[in-house]
Amino acid sequence: MKEKLVLIGNGMAGMRTIEELLALAPDLYDITVFGAEAQANYNRILLSPVLAGEKTIDEIMLNDEHWYMDRGIVLYLNSEVTGIDRNNRRVTTADGVSAEYDRLLIATGSQPFILPVPGHDLPGVIGFRDIHDVDTMIDAAQHYRHAVVIGGGLLGLEAANGLLRQGMKVTVVHIGDILMERQLDSAAAKLLRKSLTERGIEFVMGAETAEIVGKKRVQGVRFKDGREISADLVVMAVGIRPNVALAKSAGLYCERGVVVNDTMQTYDPRVYAVGECVQHRKQTYGLVAPLFEMAKTCANHLAELGWARYAGSLTSTRLKVTGIDMFSAGDFTGDETSDEIVLQDAARGVYKKIVIKDHKIRGAVLYGDTVDGAWYFQLMREQSPIEDIRDRLLFGQGHLGDSGHGANAVAAMADSAEICGCNGVCKGTIVQAITQKKLFTLEEVRAHTKASSSCGSCTGLVEQLLAMTLGGDYSAAPQNKPMCPCTHFTHDEVRTAIRERELTSIPAVMQALEWTTPNGCASCRPALNYYLISTWPHAARDDYQSRYINERAHANIQKDGSYSVIPRMWGGVTTPDELRTIADVVDKYKIPTVKLTGGQRIDMLGVQKETLPMVWADLNKGGLVSGHAYGKALRTVKTCVGQEWCRFGVRDSTQMGITLEKMTWGSWMPHKFKMAVSGCPRNCAEATIKDFGVVAVESGWELHVGGNGGVKVRVTDLLCKVASEEEVLEYCGAFIQLYREEARYLDRTAPWIERVGLSYVKQRIVEDADGRKALHARFLDSQTLAQSDPWAERASHGVDKHEFVPLKRLA
Amino acid sequence: MPTKPNIKLVKTPMTAAADIKHTPPAGAWIEVGRLDDIPRLGARVVCAPDGDIAVFRAADDHVFALRDQCPHRGGPLSQGIVHGHKVTCPLHNWNIDLQSGTALAPDVGCAGVYSTRVENGVVFLYTAPLPSADCSGSSE
Repeated sequence: MKEKLVLIGNGMAGMRTIEELLALAPDLYDITVFGAEAQANYNRILLSPVLAGEKTIDEIMLNDEHWYMDRGIVLYLNSEVTGIDRNNRRVTTADGVSAEYDRLLIATGSQPFILPVPGHDLPGVIGFRDIHDVDTMIDAAQHYRHAVVIGGGLLGLEAANGLLRQGMKVTVVHIGDILMERQLDSAAAKLLRKSLTERGIEFVMGAETAEIVGKKRVQGVRFKDGREISADLVVMAVGIRPNVALAKSAGLYCERGVVVNDTMQTYDPRVYAVGECVQHRKQTYGLVAPLFEMAKTCANHLAELGWARYAGSLTSTRLKVTGIDMFSAGDFTGDETSDEIVLQDAARGVYKKIVIKDHKIRGAVLYGDTVDGAWYFQLMREQSPIEDIRDRLLFGQGHLGDSGHGANAVAAMADSAEICGCNGVCKGTIVQAITQKKLFTLEEVRAHTKASSSCGSCTGLVEQLLAMTLGGDYSAAPQNKPMCPCTHFTHDEVRTAIRERELTSIPAVMQALEWTTPNGCASCRPALNYYLISTWPHAARDDYQSRYINERAHANIQKDGSYSVIPRMWGGVTTPDELRTIADVVDKYKIPTVKLTGGQRIDMLGVQKETLPMVWADLNKGGLVSGHAYGKALRTVKTCVGQEWCRFGVRDSTQMGITLEKMTWGSWMPHKFKMAVSGCPRNCAEATIKDFGVVAVESGWELHVGGNGGVKVRVTDLLCKVASEEEVLEYCGAFIQLYREEARYLDRTAPWIERVGLSYVKQRIVEDADGRKALHARFLDSQTLAQSDPWAERASHGVDKHEFVPLKRLA
Repeated sequence: MPTKPNIKLVKTPMTAAADIKHTPPAGAWIEVGRLDDIPRLGARVVCAPDGDIAVFRAADDHVFALRDQCPHRGGPLSQGIVHGHKVTCPLHNWNIDLQSGTALAPDVGCAGVYSTRVENGVVFLYTAPLPSADCSGSSE
């Protein structure tokens, strides 16, 4: 006999919980759903586009009645639950249906607040909440002329825009002087008002409604100051109130909302609540992202997993009136202890403000140019220190307009415009997937369209498309993102657990942290393997089955399944004998392509896997070893010729490069790691776009960190200047070790430094001399185990033989 | 509560008709090696005249065999990371179910499936692919 789960409220939050629950435990409950509306579950946040005539009702349905049927869910529509009998665990509806429950989920949502002024109950006075309201508005637009929207907030303005698009003359009445004062400051609100006025919406500001005038139907609105305007339709959008009456009548403790704890339970542990009807840690929410986070947590407990906790949400808001870009997040007003950076360009219609406290972003308002909203929101959620990038902060991440896509005004793009240059996904495809497949998150768009799933440089564009398509309140991923769907722990938490609980194997980690899959996935296993071998170089065994194929085969897999081979050339210097060896190997094994790499090495492409050990054996004989061009490891140290030949060179950069490469080769890192040494400030080795770059100057060496080319070019930050070669080596080893110990798997140094801040790295490497020496010592210690040529092991010592020969050949 | 008709049953006559026209390739059970020759959570390749077959060993020692070609762009599945009864293609991270050969949603596609069995630590493979009921039917 299955337990019975009853859901009151067939809206987005409740049904999202059911969907999450079914994904976790499809057969745990007999489920019954009561919905007060006539329709099955639809996407309420898309009501504005329906009103504006940009979408139809059918396009915003999430789950039709067949969906419920196919899953054996009993659905009652038009069926308002009027009573909860907690003693007998039974709910009853107005029309006499009753259902027993073992667990109850309340998701009754909220309703628009109707001002209790005289005339508020006249025909033609409505809220903006459901399909019925939208129908009423569309119908009114056919027969009447003048609409008045009371309330200049997000919902009110979207309603006003929709009614305008339906052909009505629209006046927005706002009690204050600032539109959307919960999201905007006065400067941004002025720009918004100007833009909406140009579209034809009229505003009455600072007006408090005293009375709705009319006899049989609304005829006008009168204000406290005596002014009066005519109206055939009045939409009240002055706020929402959580629907708590039902919960209250059942004796559940309510304040503004139904009070729940971090596991979404009310004061009765059998009764859960999610969505706009709840109050969690004194907060109520009216945006979709928090509802989904609540749903995830609640489903986790209903599925009897019992570990998830909801800790509240940071929210960001976008107004999606087509053609108006606005973004707002967090505390955008600030106080005497915070400060702000502002950019204002009225002619371009652009306004940006960021509020900063203790070197961290507390809030932001963007108008006209919202490209960087997602980035600011991420910095805010992660509490990243920004003092080192403060001077550039307002100019944005420069994330867009790099390789792969030139433009950034996503709203203005044609449907055929390519968004994801890696996978060739255009705007129309993404928008279509979002609407037709009912996608809400970046991860879902990635899974369905592949956009932003390769190099990730178009992530900002895809997030904008989500925001644009979903309307009002798309919000980015939650603050503490689990490292993959197999766990609810973040990278940093997993790493801390490995260190503090002395976990030394992947099964031990998975057991200790209650992994939800038997052996992880292709995303978490390589990360765990790296964390283990970098934390416990002596105690942890390198698990090859958890390594990506390139690191297992010590060569780069190509699109046809063949491999490429790149031997190390120390500091980019080679000899006639080495070149002869390479030429002989290419001839002997008929390697189709030989190519020079950007890192001053030679690449042999098109080697079959079975041939690899033979190729390596021949290369080994000529003194050539693995270049690790396939690994999350030290790749190359690029050098210029330096003092030995160059008439400008001030130091021996080539030798410095060779020495650095000899010290660092073979070490596994969170991501690939590139170095370069230039012999003078002309910097011919391009050291300032490397993870660790060294530039010789007359008085010593400049050390630069955190650069990279590629998707998003980032120039290094200057770490410090040192005098001696020994110092270069020590600082280099210490920097690498800090990166190895603290960066997340698959973080290059650039995003890592942007997250922790250059000041932190300087403090650890430059200011803390003892700490630096200790880091360097730990690096050298791990290197004693790492510096063994993997090619020689496999070519001559029989390591991993099974990797390279077929199990069997059939005749 | 009405339930959805099982679509697979509807297709049976079609498959039978197709079988008359194209006789399925004759296969045979052959020994391919010892279970211990395949690393746990790993795979080995059996080279066959009409293309490689990937033989996988899951953590629970279940053995599976698929055509060594991802339905997406032909990537060698034998080189992927094995987890649960799934493998992730090394080229573009499609996840393929080892039992059915089908790509996990939202991706759509199917790699040919071969029967395997293990007796006394020895792995046997049936050299003709299974009639691919799951492959021809859309997973939608």
